[in-house]
Amino acid sequence: MTDERIKQVSPLRRAMIRPELGAIAGAILVFAFFAMIAGDSGMFAPQGVMNWTVVSAQFAVIAVGACLLMIAGEFDLSVGSMIGFAGIVIAILSVQWGWPTWAAILVAFAICICIGAINGFLVIKTGLPSFIVTLAFLYILRGLTIWLSILTTRQTIIGGVKDAAQGDWLAPVFGGVVFKGLFVWLAQIGVVGTFSRGAREGQPVIDGIPMLIVWALGLIVFGHILLTHTKFGNWIFASGGDAQAARYVGVPVARVKVLMFMFTAFCACVFATCQVMEFGSAAADRGLLKEFEAIICVVIGGALLTGGYGSVIGAALGALIFGVVQQGLFFSGAESSLFRVFLGSILILAVILNTYIRRMITGER
Amino acid sequence: MAVYDHDPIIEMRGIKKHFGPVIALNGVSFDVRPGECHCLLGDNGAGKSTFIKTMSGVHKPTAGEILFEGKRMNFDSPRDAMEAGIATVYQDLAMIPLMSVTRNFFMGREPEKKVGPFRFFDLKAASRITMDEMRRMGINLREPSQAVGTLSGGERQTVAIARAVHFGAKVLILDEPTSALGVRQTANVLSTIDKVRKKGIGIVFITHNVRHAMAVGDRFTVLNRGRTLGTAQRGQISPEELQDMMAGGQELVELEGSLGGTV
Repeated sequence: MTDERIKQVSPLRRAMIRPELGAIAGAILVFAFFAMIAGDSGMFAPQGVMNWTVVSAQFAVIAVGACLLMIAGEFDLSVGSMIGFAGIVIAILSVQWGWPTWAAILVAFAICICIGAINGFLVIKTGLPSFIVTLAFLYILRGLTIWLSILTTRQTIIGGVKDAAQGDWLAPVFGGVVFKGLFVWLAQIGVVGTFSRGAREGQPVIDGIPMLIVWALGLIVFGHILLTHTKFGNWIFASGGDAQAARYVGVPVARVKVLMFMFTAFCACVFATCQVMEFGSAAADRGLLKEFEAIICVVIGGALLTGGYGSVIGAALGALIFGVVQQGLFFSGAESSLFRVFLGSILILAVILNTYIRRMITGER
Repeated sequence: MAVYDHDPIIEMRGIKKHFGPVIALNGVSFDVRPGECHCLLGDNGAGKSTFIKTMSGVHKPTAGEILFEGKRMNFDSPRDAMEAGIATVYQDLAMIPLMSVTRNFFMGREPEKKVGPFRFFDLKAASRITMDEMRRMGINLREPSQAVGTLSGGERQTVAIARAVHFGAKVLILDEPTSALGVRQTANVLSTIDKVRKKGIGIVFITHNVRHAMAVGDRFTVLNRGRTLGTAQRGQISPEELQDMMAGGQELVELEGSLGGTV
């Protein structure tokens, strides 16, 4: 019953249907652009590369969570507030209350994941759009964060986390660096520069790969495999594609969605913990607007805002584009407010392209 | 006919279903035997959808009993009914257009392979099975990774039917499978029904199109305002009689007269 009226699919068209295509093209363009205008600014020297890789990794950590949640058909606008909240919880517990840092981190994760679950249950039970439910939590969590911080310390920044974390076993998992030996060796052969004065004289300027990058890569690989190569991944697509149809064939849609809200919260907490351990302080205004940046990464990565379609690899490339552009503008000496202009423009472009691709896949006209 | 030698696979006796003050079903009896196509006819609002949802475990009956292979059954969820062997292909298809044929085919029942401590969705095996099953139903897919959205309405129905058959359905409930299809596609779906029936699966074919019912049905039950008006065997009833029963007789005759016999 092959229909002679359906044209054979060209390889080009098939490639277009991959969700990541736009992000791959975008990444190439962005690299080419900055190689041209900022090639000699040190952006592509080891330190420069490390600089934008770290920024990209930050975006990637929250984008992976947002990506899986969006494919499951929901949004979480409370990610940014959750980042601020988790940071303050860790700081209050470890610095103000004198808890061991590992306990503070574990409790922060537990609280965040619980809030994620509450988000999910509210969305499932009330049937309200996740946009509204998580918007409420955007305000609730931000308000609580500032209140808690002022209540305990009379200020909105809590420092001293690094000192409190000395010798802790869990803190380096978020704030530490790996492959130190590699960078010592790279410094010896002259690829990486060394400090020429001060207490760290002779040590390489990059002391290792920050754990944040390891977390980002780990989450990307985990998210990608989960989505495309497991039963649960198929359920994520199904829940976002058509929840009713998925329920009819026995997919536990409510469970899938609640778990994805919890995973998004977990990712936000990873982001917050890495940041707090790196800076040695927590601030109540951390993570502002991160929820939108995560969503933009995911959309650049080819996911549909309506759910049921998207790619973790695409979202990761979206995060890379973000990091490169944000830091690239800095390296090329451009006005940094232009970054927002870029964000807005690329968001519109990505959504238009995705809508077009969706029509191609479903054959709508 | 040979099929009547068998006992029914599923038998519904005096099913009543109330939604608050609304009486959707008021004593409906119905049964399906292996290898027969039992058509359930009725106009909009007659209670067809409520009835099949009761049969497939979505609703629990307010009164009445369901016998499956002679045993009393109480389905708590569609999953229970599915596991017993009752598969439903809903009007709105239960297919997700953005997902590939393979992913749709195995949705909710993904085959897994173990690699170390991890279990992965065995897409390779799933794709192979999907291609085979679809070929058996007479559809040659371009590739198993093509999105369901690129298939025609008839092909989508066939994917849904092939899926039910593959997963060992003993009873296949088809909710208006031909209502949105063109002539050619309807013919394809009807021939698929015929193929499935020959495997010994009992089919419940819900429709309000008498001609489609007559084309494949072995028995016909008409539902009107939540009650069964009666069951007839093939050859015992004419299309006109069925049509009249469905519409509640008298009014339609008058209407038909004024329309010059075109209904």
